[in-house]
Amino acid sequence: MDYFTQQLINGLVLGSIYGLIAIGYTMVYGIVGMINFAHGDIFMIGGFIALITFLILISLGLTAIPVILLVVLLVSMAITALYGWTIERIAYRPLRHSFRLAPMLSAIGMSFVLTNYSQVAQGARVKPIPPLITGGYTLHESPDGFVIQLSNIQIVVVITTIVLLLIFNWLVLRTRLGRDMRACEQDQTMAALLGVDVDRTISMTFVIGAALAAVAGLMYLLYYGQVDFNMGFVAGIKAFTAAVLGGIGSLPGAMLGGLAIGLIETLWSAYFSVEYKDVAAFSILIIVLIFMPTGLLGRPEVEKV
Amino acid sequence: MTVLSHETTKANRTAGIPVTLLKRAFFNALVALVLFSLMVGIRTEAGPTGQLTYWGRFGELASLVAIVFGGSIFIELLRQWLGPVGTEKLVPPAVQRGLAFTGRLVAPALLIFTLLVPVIFYNQRYILDLAILVLTYVMLGWGLNVVVGLAGLLDLGYVAFYAVGAYSYALLATNFGWSFWICLPLAGILAALWGVMLGFPVLRLRGDYLAIVTLAFGEIIRLVIINWQSLTGGPNGVSGIPRPTLFGIPLDNTDDGLAAKLGIEFSPTHRIVFLFYLILALALLTNWVTIRLRRLPIGRAWEALREDEVACRALGINTTTTKLTAFATGAMFGGFAGAFFATRQGFISPESFTFQESALVLAIVVLGGMGSQLGVALAALSMIGGFELFRGLEGYRMLVFGWAMVLIMIWRPRGLIGHRAPTVYLTKVQAISSDLVKEGHG
Repeated sequence: MDYFTQQLINGLVLGSIYGLIAIGYTMVYGIVGMINFAHGDIFMIGGFIALITFLILISLGLTAIPVILLVVLLVSMAITALYGWTIERIAYRPLRHSFRLAPMLSAIGMSFVLTNYSQVAQGARVKPIPPLITGGYTLHESPDGFVIQLSNIQIVVVITTIVLLLIFNWLVLRTRLGRDMRACEQDQTMAALLGVDVDRTISMTFVIGAALAAVAGLMYLLYYGQVDFNMGFVAGIKAFTAAVLGGIGSLPGAMLGGLAIGLIETLWSAYFSVEYKDVAAFSILIIVLIFMPTGLLGRPEVEKV
Repeated sequence: MTVLSHETTKANRTAGIPVTLLKRAFFNALVALVLFSLMVGIRTEAGPTGQLTYWGRFGELASLVAIVFGGSIFIELLRQWLGPVGTEKLVPPAVQRGLAFTGRLVAPALLIFTLLVPVIFYNQRYILDLAILVLTYVMLGWGLNVVVGLAGLLDLGYVAFYAVGAYSYALLATNFGWSFWICLPLAGILAALWGVMLGFPVLRLRGDYLAIVTLAFGEIIRLVIINWQSLTGGPNGVSGIPRPTLFGIPLDNTDDGLAAKLGIEFSPTHRIVFLFYLILALALLTNWVTIRLRRLPIGRAWEALREDEVACRALGINTTTTKLTAFATGAMFGGFAGAFFATRQGFISPESFTFQESALVLAIVVLGGMGSQLGVALAALSMIGGFELFRGLEGYRMLVFGWAMVLIMIWRPRGLIGHRAPTVYLTKVQAISSDLVKEGHG
């Protein structure tokens, strides 16, 4: 039981990271109707920028961890958001009214570009950093000596995710931009007729999605202590799986799907075999989709004749 | 990285002010500066103790920003000069008619040229190897075309069937010693079975859901191959896969070999030429079967399914069998190609069956123009051939390839060959523009 609780905690932490990436997929899908295959690589870029900012700040002699974290968070969010914005302008906007496969292929192409750009610019080797946030709490100690640990880094990841989700929720539900986004999701043409700047709204969608992916990248860096050029692909498909599992287009669904994938992966690794954890995650995706073809929280598709 | 919007291009055309152009270029350079500042400007490297060090690379950063600045001015001027006219409209109608006429000659000419490749380039091993590689992708493209181009089912995991075919042949041949000609149909059948297995769960899914499930399926197959070490050898792969024989006669330097039997001098090129004709035959078989099937009710059901699934069902077409046959047929050709790949390489490992391969084959199909057989062949030739041009620039190869995918899609989202011959016609054959062809919502 204690072992299970520990795995539950680990799974929820991993799930929050997936959830943050999945929101980017779901937002873009909801508004533009395309799968942004490069989103996983944007997450990877976010991790790299966080890493480099860390290095610079530490070598400048900064020691206050909260200050470092805040600066790194802001820098990586800002630069990664600019990546999201640029990618939308270059590779997706010209294809917005094209047939459906074209933006998908340009997104796949963009994903290759980002992966290999990062490899060329930063090398192929894994980049480790020393742990910044250490320590933790012992929640419970069973008689046979098993300890349930809650490390500080896990608390940081979960709290950051919750705070960001609250901000994000406020943004979507309470601000002008959020209203524009929801309007575009319903009907782009109608929204444009009613005075919504569709181009700007779509750009902002990519910017916000990329900024959230950057936070996920930073959390990944803090939690695992390393980044590499190749990590975007696997994390990307997992997060995409999470978005589909939750019902693509649904924001709470993306978070729920992220948590589900994180839990499945962690519990499977804990009780069965680590090697097949991805197989388990993908198999459950297929099984869920067979019985709920639009995901857990997705709206049923209406067939138009 | 240039960021240019169409609206401002128009404004610039009327005003023709270089100041706005400079402003825009300056803005792009600024964006580039921020984008590249940390990723290019700072290089990190882990030392022997695992300690990360970094150093500045400001020269590279400055030159990249300068390239973006110059590039945006250049592209903007080019646009102003060319105007917003599409590439098609630049060609006068008479020339277009001439091109359409020669277009009909392209396919036969290409086929004759292909047949003669081993004769022309007999002594150039490199070109022969490249030709075999191109033909493998032509075959894969034609196979996937059945699923994506004809039936409109978006398959992002096609490489799974390629892998099934390759591993089927490799394992059957190394464990039981069966010959290539027995294993080839078996590999096709096994791949087709996997196609049906994938088809069943996804019957109810459409569009992007189908895409993610096929992607997941491809990854599952790859992960199983990597981890099921006792069967597949895991990451080490399977080696010592027997070479194909000419119906039992090996193509080697022994007394039983073909060269000895024919009484000619042995040359390793014989085997390459044989492999070339083998893959050519397999690819042509794929093409022939596809063209024949398209004229049969099943092929027309595929195309009807691509255009409108609801209408299909209303007309009484069984969408279940239609989808399953499309998956199975496409998968079977993938399996044949996989078996060929295994026998050509003599060694296979999971590294050859990544998502990148699936994306490459899908890119070939879409770039060729969905459903166009000639387009797929030309796309495979240009993609794989173009890919080879950058072999020297190892690290930059995929970078260039990714950019090519993006730019080609922006330039020609409908593919190289934008129209194709119709499957059925009333009195006169009229080419169908691909703008009228749906991409399939699965």
